[in-house]
Amino acid sequence: MSVKILKYIFLELVRSKFILIYTAFLFTFSFAVIYIGHDTAKAVVTLLNISLFVVPLVSLIFGTIHFYNSGEYIQLLLTQPVNRRSIFLAEYFGLSFSLSAAFLAGAGLPLLIYGLSISAALLLFTGVMLTFIFVSLSFLSSVLNKDKVKGIGLSVIIWLVMSLIYDGLILVILFAFSEYPLEKFILILTTLNPVDLSRILILLQLDISALMGFTGALFRDFFGSITGMVTALILLLLWAALPGLAALKVFSKKNF
Amino acid sequence: MIRTEKLKKKYGRFEVLKDIDINLAQGQVTGLMGPNGSGKSTFLKSILGLVIPDSGKIFVKEKDIKNKFDYRKYIGYMPQTANYPENLKVKELFKIVKDIRTDKKDYDYELYENFRIGETENKFFGQLSGGYKQRVTAAVAFLFDPEILILDEPTSSLDPVSVEILKEKIIKSKTDGKLVLVCSHLVPDVSELADRLVYLLEGKILFDKLIPEIVNGSGGTLGQSIKKIIEKINSDNEC
Repeated sequence: MSVKILKYIFLELVRSKFILIYTAFLFTFSFAVIYIGHDTAKAVVTLLNISLFVVPLVSLIFGTIHFYNSGEYIQLLLTQPVNRRSIFLAEYFGLSFSLSAAFLAGAGLPLLIYGLSISAALLLFTGVMLTFIFVSLSFLSSVLNKDKVKGIGLSVIIWLVMSLIYDGLILVILFAFSEYPLEKFILILTTLNPVDLSRILILLQLDISALMGFTGALFRDFFGSITGMVTALILLLLWAALPGLAALKVFSKKNF
Repeated sequence: MIRTEKLKKKYGRFEVLKDIDINLAQGQVTGLMGPNGSGKSTFLKSILGLVIPDSGKIFVKEKDIKNKFDYRKYIGYMPQTANYPENLKVKELFKIVKDIRTDKKDYDYELYENFRIGETENKFFGQLSGGYKQRVTAAVAFLFDPEILILDEPTSSLDPVSVEILKEKIIKSKTDGKLVLVCSHLVPDVSELADRLVYLLEGKILFDKLIPEIVNGSGGTLGQSIKKIIEKINSDNEC
């Protein structure tokens, strides 16, 4: 049942102006970065920075606005003989697929044209994972707040924490406890933030981890191994699944 | 066909429904009235599964609907407003509900045709006026020829011709033995359509009477009669 509803949600979303603008923006930026730099590896680093900034922001804000704007549509679906879980999953995957398709078309096509490297493929993979993760968080933010403004506010706070404040806190910890061996602690802290985790995964592929000193070597040892890669993948999947499941739990009992 | 027992719902400290006991029969149009915040919407939404009651029971066709969704195949719902996704086409909305309600294959296209929805089925919801959206939701509600119809302010945005088309359809549905529950602020609509009026006030049923009983007992129009009944109840309470 979810798949049938999902199909229409996906089709509706890929027609939206916002998704088209998002795709065009990513395509123009990606194309320009590769064309000007003539170096796909450098382009990946630039694209990485913009992706880690833009993908979570767009997924969170667009996801939250979409959820509130779909309120009456969700209500109509809920009055049909279908369970709430199916509607929630259709909304979640419909939105995540459409934003992922926009990301892959926008950022992926230029990379594909100029030759797809492992790091570029990893960039696309993490971009898609981040989309699923932050759509999940946007739905959690939406179901927890009846008021749209509060929901969008919480989403902005989540983005600020994940993209800016968290890194700042790590830097403060590193600075304050610079005389202590913090490498393992920082490694754990990094894995707890999906944005940082994605960044590390790609940087390690680009052979610039040497710039990161001893911490970089430790990261390389861990994430370079099969165990490290599997751990990273599991953590990213958990980041997508856990807020989504929490949102589903609230959605199942929510009064509309 | 729809029965509630001691239905209760609270939003925080605010008690919206207080022990609502009601029994709605088929072949009857029941009007649901009451001031804003009286619990009308919460009551309708509880039957539809949009609101989860704190306690009490709701039976649809003698089956308790708690944690169930299959019973909704018997219900056609027309919401007051229909702000659906702006890039969704009208025909896609019909396809979605048809894909969900696979149990029914013989569709009732009467309202679809009378409202001439086919002419604009390729339009997006973002291009439609409020009245046209309401015509679409009415056609969706009646499409599956459901045994129960729940209509929330069904004529609020409709043009006069569409109002008459819809009213004829509601009366026809009643004659066909369906249960129709109409929530409305418009006394003329209730007067014209309903056989029975349930009046809610502060989450309680203030009165539940047949329309002739209300009008004959008080004299005058339905609106005047409702006013008189409420004044009498209030003065009795004061005494």
